[in-house]
Amino acid sequence: MSEKSGKMKVLTAGIIRDNPVLVLLLGTCPTLAVSTSATNALGMGAAATFVLIGSNIVISLLKNVIPNKVRIPCYIVVIAGFVTLVQMVLQAFVPALYDALGLFLPLIVVNCIILGRAEAFASKNTVIDSLLDAIGMGLGFTLALLFIGIVREVIGFGTIFGISLGENFQTVSIIGLAPGGFFVYGCIIALLNKLTKGKGVKRKSFDCESCTSCGACSQAKEGGCEK
Amino acid sequence: MSAAGFVAILLTSILVENYVLSKFLAICSFLGVSKNLKSAMGMSAAVIFVMVVATVATWPIYYFILEPNGLGYLQTIVFILVIASLVQFVEMFLKKSAPALYTALGIFLPLITTNCAVLGVVVLNITKSYSLPESIVNSLGAGIGYMLAMFLFNGVRSKCDNADVPKPFKGVAITLVAASLVSLSFMGFTGIVSGIFGEV
Repeated sequence: MSEKSGKMKVLTAGIIRDNPVLVLLLGTCPTLAVSTSATNALGMGAAATFVLIGSNIVISLLKNVIPNKVRIPCYIVVIAGFVTLVQMVLQAFVPALYDALGLFLPLIVVNCIILGRAEAFASKNTVIDSLLDAIGMGLGFTLALLFIGIVREVIGFGTIFGISLGENFQTVSIIGLAPGGFFVYGCIIALLNKLTKGKGVKRKSFDCESCTSCGACSQAKEGGCEK
Repeated sequence: MSAAGFVAILLTSILVENYVLSKFLAICSFLGVSKNLKSAMGMSAAVIFVMVVATVATWPIYYFILEPNGLGYLQTIVFILVIASLVQFVEMFLKKSAPALYTALGIFLPLITTNCAVLGVVVLNITKSYSLPESIVNSLGAGIGYMLAMFLFNGVRSKCDNADVPKPFKGVAITLVAASLVSLSFMGFTGIVSGIFGEV
């Protein structure tokens, strides 16, 4: 019984308690760039989830083989392999989505959520746990992206999943553009802070520790790059 | 290509299509490192340097090795490996032969491997089918744009820290809203390049 609830905990951690986008504030680049519409958000979420599942499984299997010193390049190669796979599949079967995601598809390679999970979880845990963790984190990423995507699509373009909400719907087109991405994301974080009385969002400010690369950075371990 | 063409590419990548504020690349390091002006400038200098060097390395690899052999689909995996090893190499080289430069840029170099603006700019150079000189100019512009965004945003943030913001907005949320306003100001540059140089 306790074994089962432990597995359940690993699976659900990424969806709510440790949601990568809304709680840990990781993966900000794709979150902001792709959330212009619900369809794109869903596509990006699915692609990243697939890469996350694949890389978590492979890295967890190889955790005893990879030498510690070159682990980051090894992880990157594994992740890049899966990203190439996704790129080819999308280009062949869903070319519209391939074009919409554009540059951000190859950039999944440097998505901090994926590298972060490889470093923090898959390299230390069993294959089953890593798989569950990847599913949870992937779902959490997708849901958060979808939420931001729906908000931005409704306000910015007056549509939802491409379906019009009626001609009288007043749109604020700036929300669909670059500044709107930052703005909506900021407001959602503030809303979460309000609802959870400041406990929900774990990361309190953007500073050196929150830098994506802190896994690979020697400075971060020695007390931040400002020192 | 004429000199005006190069200037147009440079201005486009610095102002109109700023890699941070309108293309959403390198947001993580932009938000993370911009708190401290000294590290922001060090990081930006390292980014400019690595972007240009990475472009000089990846462009020939794509056009002389990958494309003639029909291996274009390996682009992502090859580029990230080239960037990772290049950064490592540059670090070792600087440590040995230019210690002054190494002290200034050194600590930021390992961070740059996973900076998405670097991978982003080399991939975009290929997507936009720029020639080698054009690619170099574009990378230089992207790097300068990153530095400009970092510099401006550092100023905005230090004002934010002293401002009295509503409690739920404290910290992360106000930083994002401030970034939104800086990004909004960059939208004012839309059309400036085609206005000066005509459609490029």
